[in-house]
Amino acid sequence: MALLSVQNLRAYYRTEVYGISRIVRAVDGVSLELQRNEIYGLAGESSCGKTTLIKVISGTIKPPLRVEEGKVHYQFGSFEIDMLHISPEDLRRNVRWKEISYIMQGSMSVLNPVRRVITTFYDIVTTHQGYTDRKAFLGQVRAHISKLGLPPDVLNLYPHQLSGGMRQRVAIALATIFQPSLIIADEPTTALDVVVQRGVLQMLKEIQAESNNTVLLVTHDLAVHANVADRVAIMYAGRIVEEAPTSLIFNAPRHPYTQHLIRSLPMIGDRSSRASLPGAPPNLANPPGGCRFHPRCPHVMDICRVEVPEMMTLPGNQRVACHLLAEGRR
Amino acid sequence: MWKVTRDLFKYDGRFRIATVFLLAVLILAILSAVSPYDPGKTFKVPQDLPPSWGHPFGTSSRGQDVFWWMTFAVRNSLFLGLVTAAVSRLIAIFVGLTAGYRGGLVDRVLMSINDSFVVMPVLPILILLSFLLRGQLSLLMLAFIMGLFGWPWDARLIRAQVLSLKERAFTRTAVYSGTGSLKITLDEHLPFVLPVVFATTVNNMLWSIGMEVTLSVLGLSNVTLATIGTTIFWANQHQALVAGVWWWLAAPVIIAIILFLGLYLLFSSVNEYIDPRTRLRLIGG
Amino acid sequence: MSTYDKLLDVQRVTAVFHIGSIIGGTRLVAVNDVSFSLDRTRPEIFTLAGESGSGKTTLARLLLHDLEPTSGAVIFEGRDLATIKSRKDTLEFMKKVQPVFQNPFETFSPLRRVEDYLYDTAINFGRAKNRRMASVVVDEALHLVGLSLEEVTRRYPHELSGGQLQRVSVARALIPQPRLLLADEPVSMVDASLRMAIVNLFRKLRDEQQVSVIYITHDLATAYYISDRIAIMLRGLVVESGPVNEVLDRPLHPYTQVLKESVPEPVPEQRAQWIRPIDLGTTEVKEYARIGCKFAGRCPRVMDICRQTNPPDIHVEGRIVKCYLYQGQESS
Ligand SMILES: Nc1ncnc2c1ncn2[C@@H]1O[C@H](COP(=O)(O)OP(=O)(O)OP(=O)(O)O)[C@@H](O)[C@H]1O
Ligand SMILES: Nc1ncnc2c1ncn2[C@@H]1O[C@H](COP(=O)(O)OP(=O)(O)OP(=O)(O)O)[C@@H](O)[C@H]1O
Ligand SMILES: [Mg+2]
Ligand SMILES: [Mg+2]
Repeated sequence: MALLSVQNLRAYYRTEVYGISRIVRAVDGVSLELQRNEIYGLAGESSCGKTTLIKVISGTIKPPLRVEEGKVHYQFGSFEIDMLHISPEDLRRNVRWKEISYIMQGSMSVLNPVRRVITTFYDIVTTHQGYTDRKAFLGQVRAHISKLGLPPDVLNLYPHQLSGGMRQRVAIALATIFQPSLIIADEPTTALDVVVQRGVLQMLKEIQAESNNTVLLVTHDLAVHANVADRVAIMYAGRIVEEAPTSLIFNAPRHPYTQHLIRSLPMIGDRSSRASLPGAPPNLANPPGGCRFHPRCPHVMDICRVEVPEMMTLPGNQRVACHLLAEGRR
Repeated sequence: MWKVTRDLFKYDGRFRIATVFLLAVLILAILSAVSPYDPGKTFKVPQDLPPSWGHPFGTSSRGQDVFWWMTFAVRNSLFLGLVTAAVSRLIAIFVGLTAGYRGGLVDRVLMSINDSFVVMPVLPILILLSFLLRGQLSLLMLAFIMGLFGWPWDARLIRAQVLSLKERAFTRTAVYSGTGSLKITLDEHLPFVLPVVFATTVNNMLWSIGMEVTLSVLGLSNVTLATIGTTIFWANQHQALVAGVWWWLAAPVIIAIILFLGLYLLFSSVNEYIDPRTRLRLIGG
Repeated sequence: MSTYDKLLDVQRVTAVFHIGSIIGGTRLVAVNDVSFSLDRTRPEIFTLAGESGSGKTTLARLLLHDLEPTSGAVIFEGRDLATIKSRKDTLEFMKKVQPVFQNPFETFSPLRRVEDYLYDTAINFGRAKNRRMASVVVDEALHLVGLSLEEVTRRYPHELSGGQLQRVSVARALIPQPRLLLADEPVSMVDASLRMAIVNLFRKLRDEQQVSVIYITHDLATAYYISDRIAIMLRGLVVESGPVNEVLDRPLHPYTQVLKESVPEPVPEQRAQWIRPIDLGTTEVKEYARIGCKFAGRCPRVMDICRQTNPPDIHVEGRIVKCYLYQGQESS
């Protein structure tokens, strides 16, 4: 049984400002399953809906975001939950931090600038689950931090005294202190340079290998997925267009969008010309009909303009949503 | 502009209430033009009459119709508030923008002037001035004097904002577009500063109208002039409450409350509208 | 070669910041004795690469005359930037050297239309007298970056994608017809699918418009793809510089090696190498203050001498390296 199964999820932002109403279809028909003990990479360009999908999965849905349709179902070791119908109290007490940890995009700023790192974390954890024994908590945190090879004195520093990479590693270390079943990390290394990025991701991978939990890693940097993820999903304009084990995504991509992405990746030692894709990603307040990629697709057919392609499963556990496959032309 | 007003009216309750309140006060002020009585004259009507059809707010112990007197009082108080706000806003914008954008010596000089104004005790100075100029202190002069005292906090606020705007990349884009510093200040920074200016306008009007009330209640302003403050002064002088002439005191107090509430609601609504973030959402729609 | 043959000549520039309070504060040499030059007749793309906090942006600010060097000189087309004081001279300089910033969403004020910046630039640098005449110039510049005036007219920044905005930003910089573009991490905030569009654009500008580009990045893969030469910065110092294929195909300085190794390759089969643990070292400020080689604290091949004195520039294999490992191997 999968740890998490998401079925046909639609989540829209409905905003209304002075009479102008607007619907942003940020997640529009996403289905996926996360298995136990895997690193699942989610890629896609800016504002394609990655963070929105994660907000729903982690149960941090706040207006104007609303779930229109679909299911988000978890099967933890001893109990299961339906994320869309769980009570906030239950979520806070039994799930957050213990089963699901969410390292938010820009979590560099999650730390309170005027309090020591440890205090901020103590505060967050207590408000989430009423943890009261401060001493036990501190001891546990210290042990965990030093096990991960971070200097224990970082806990007593203020956030501005830490480098960007250290701050991010501390955030990850503390988010994993209760060994949650699922760790969600949204762009954990986007603001960091390559050396620090490598250090942060290595730590994340180590934690995963040790506790055999599941990591959902979101980043638009495909090269990172190539080195970290077991499976990768490519999202485009609110939908998943392709999902496959990492080596298939990189060596045999099937969706024209994925193919383009992989082909355009620069590499040291190769200066051959790389083309860029014409056009820009669609506005999710007014997305094109049919396949959302069709205005930029080099292989566009008539059917692409009217009909949304179904997700098809190919051998090797590769799932692709593209009409070309049904046509049997590629 | 019209469309904005219509949208605000349609979608913002605060704006609706504010409009109603302020319109009422404004109509009252405008009515002063057709007043049958001269506010300078006393004992034109019977004294101490309670509110009635003939005298909607009753009459005072000085033999004046409170309703018509209030039309002048409101007009004068509004005038005072607006002039004070205009004068002090102009100084605040000028000082704040210049100090913030120029920095260096200009900033230090302007800010030390600013700080000396901050520490100056306004009330005692006003009391002293009023005392010295008693009788000759026209409303316009009072407004200018208060305007001269009403800007330093807001100038600091504007300066702080400009300092952070200056570090944003778009300021550098403008610099490398060859734009001069005056134009950068006006085109790039002023739009971000305007919400602060509007927000502080209401504070400033509340402050200056309130200050005038204080001075008047102490009998230090030109008490022959009708203002909200002098109304209260005269009512107190004649011990209106003790004498049971409560309407004489109630009228200025209630009108002041309506005015203050209206101003507050108007500006909180407009302020939200012109807040860059709301504007972003709007143009994003 | 006299200075006049050079477009840009950076002569031993140093920039020192004082951090902390006035008493008890420390000096931080953010740019430390850096020299390089760009040829006047042969446009090229020159990459400055290095970790975060290695002084790249500070160096860029020196080159843009945004910051005065503590010592040393920046000479552009024979003129020392320190002598530029009047507004007229400043405009004259900006006409030749233009910046492209990192975050396209921050480059333009959210409350102004992006086209306003383009028109302002055209008019302020004398390329057009009024808005109507400027529209030709603006449209031309937008066409160079694959956009048109129609696409950006009446648009606010949030109505354009990051890639579009970054191209508008380049278009704006091209309007005065500069000789040099300074692009500080121009693609780090742009999506993969748009990244190549911008990077290809720099190539095209070099080849077709004779514009030289100083490309600042920590992404060695795109640096390899577009640039001719590269300088690797470490805590204010250029520790290795030379032709990009030499330096990145066979990096000599252990720091360059770590940097190259840390670039994730989009090849899942090679991940074993990348996920090998590395040492992230101490804090930035500590490394800046270090005596001897700044990399000694995390260098896998550190020797005693590295902790005592600064390694000199060593010319070896067609490049310059600051590392004792290559002492005695100098090529003339
Ligand atoms: N609070 C909100 N109200 C309205 N629209 C929103 C809100 N948050 C996000 N959106 C819109 O939803 C869409 C998806 O945004 P989301 O943040 O999920 O993208 P993302 O894939 O995480 O992008 P990035 O890589 O930039 O983080 C975007 O078009 C965005 O503008
Ligand atoms: N105005 C300043 N005052 C004091 N220190 C500064 C200032 N500007 C930069 N520094 C310091 O100088 C060092 C170099 O910074 P710089 O911004 O040039 O690095 P960078 O290579 O551009 O880094 P990044 O990749 O993060 O942009 C850093 O330690 C930084 O903290
Ligand atoms: Mg996101
Ligand atoms: Mg920088």
